[in-house]
Amino acid sequence: MRDRFTSSQWAGLTLIGGLIIFPFVVSLFTGQPVESGVPKFWQGMLIQVFILAVFAMSYDILMGYTGILSFGHALFFGTGAYTIGILLKHAGWDLGSALLAVIVIAIIQSLIVGLLSLRVSGVYFAMVTLAFAQMFFLLAEATDFRQWTGAEDGLQSIPVPAWISPTTERLRFYYVTLAFAIIMYLLARQVVNSPTGRVMMAIRDNETRAKVLGYHTLTFKLIAITVSGVMAALAGAFNALWNLNANPAVLGVGTTINALLMTIIGGVGSLIGPMLGAGVIQLLGYWLNVFFGPSWPLLFGIVYILIVLFLPYGIVGTWRLRSAGWLAMWRERSRSLIRFFNHP
Amino acid sequence: MSDWIIETHRLTRDFGSLRAVDQVDLQVRSGSIHAIIGPNGAGKTTLFNLISGYLKPTSGRVLLRGQDITRVPLHRMAHLGIGRSFQITNIFPTLTVLENVRLAAQARGRDNFRLWTSAAKLRAYTERALAALHQVGLHERALQIAATLPHGDKRRLELAILLAGDADILLLDEPTAGMATEQVPMLLELLRGIRQGTNKTILIVEHNMSVVMSLAETITVMHQGRVLAEGSPAAISANQAVREAYLGTAFAGGQP
Repeated sequence: MRDRFTSSQWAGLTLIGGLIIFPFVVSLFTGQPVESGVPKFWQGMLIQVFILAVFAMSYDILMGYTGILSFGHALFFGTGAYTIGILLKHAGWDLGSALLAVIVIAIIQSLIVGLLSLRVSGVYFAMVTLAFAQMFFLLAEATDFRQWTGAEDGLQSIPVPAWISPTTERLRFYYVTLAFAIIMYLLARQVVNSPTGRVMMAIRDNETRAKVLGYHTLTFKLIAITVSGVMAALAGAFNALWNLNANPAVLGVGTTINALLMTIIGGVGSLIGPMLGAGVIQLLGYWLNVFFGPSWPLLFGIVYILIVLFLPYGIVGTWRLRSAGWLAMWRERSRSLIRFFNHP
Repeated sequence: MSDWIIETHRLTRDFGSLRAVDQVDLQVRSGSIHAIIGPNGAGKTTLFNLISGYLKPTSGRVLLRGQDITRVPLHRMAHLGIGRSFQITNIFPTLTVLENVRLAAQARGRDNFRLWTSAAKLRAYTERALAALHQVGLHERALQIAATLPHGDKRRLELAILLAGDADILLLDEPTAGMATEQVPMLLELLRGIRQGTNKTILIVEHNMSVVMSLAETITVMHQGRVLAEGSPAAISANQAVREAYLGTAFAGGQP
């Protein structure tokens, strides 16, 4: 048990170390300067992975840990994107205050949405959250607010401070988003391992039993949706900073489905799984697009079906279930190979 | 104040046209072991569900220490000191055995809204959970995932969850159902220990007559939603109406 724990910690530290030196490794292998060309392109690719990873992880807190299925998670992501965009562009706020405002608005928004929609559960909850997200999607597209939101064109050219510009200071932006993803992961892990987090898992397993034990489950579900909402909003804000814009699609159903896919592919209820799922979707999407052109989503669908068939608990979930058996199998095979070479 | 810790007044519950519990007046003495028996479908579990707040009655009232608790929401019941176990195993399947029990201990504490401490660090709850697991003899399986337990062990886990909740009134719905025969003496000993060591009240629904007869001080017999008879084990086993309605020939033949 303890060995396993430290080995997964080692894996985490190795991954972080690898991501820290990654831009320089790419630069080394391509012979191009770290701040332009291919290294810069790959930093951009991973920046998107980090942002989506936080978004997927926020979805996992809701679906994987509390058992709440939401079809409207884009609501928080999109609102975060628009909040920071509008405050930077039209209100002239500085970045720190704007990020703080994103958090405050996300808390208020998730509490309101939670209180109104957690009265129903299961698929009904999912549908109510979908309605909320669609409401904000239409609001973002509404021409009445064109001067602030840009309506269907979206909010263009958000003035991101020069020191963190994703175009001219790509390497710095890369490390900032990497740090953001790591901090969000540590916070999320802290939450799910806390007494409150354990009650969330109890609700996921058996809500009525949790009530009989004496837990006011609505309160815990509200905490889950708020933590999840704030994380999603921050991911949305980073997404707006990265793209220098926010358009209505960030509030669309596709954004929610993306989070759902990343969570399922990576492994529900594992935090790290959805983060890996974000990487898989982003990189797989890129490679499929390179090799097969615009019809890549069709192939992605096939890959998705294969993953669900052969890794039914996602990458991390299946690994946790099967790794002991797999390791034993390979250990045995390598032993018999060594025996063969020793006594041919 | 009366001796009754739990009272029901004309408690009635309908499911559609079926009257599952019909005008039941029940009085449970504080600190006693009180059994409810009756044939299947007599309304025992429904009565339990009404007392524990799991169901709301169609009419009638439930009193706890003389206070009306009929409309108290489910999650408040544990804080009033009412804990219950379920006839059908009702646990948190993907959590560990220890975590299942720890959650019951934590529910009565004040640390539920701590986001920044690790649950594992709250030693008091873990210790109480381990003590409860010891009591039911399940401590060696503490780190196993609850869903992987054999059925009999799940029954014991259910019991440990109830113990860790530290309720004053324990409502046990068929605790021996699905339990291996050799485990039953453990249960008897456990309940007797609770009865002697504390002032807890135990209300138990049970089909195993030897358990009921050796344990209960008062027995209420239900039949078709109504109370058919009530009294000491000796009085109940001598009651002709009870024999005819429920106990049948095996009982008349000289058990317990």
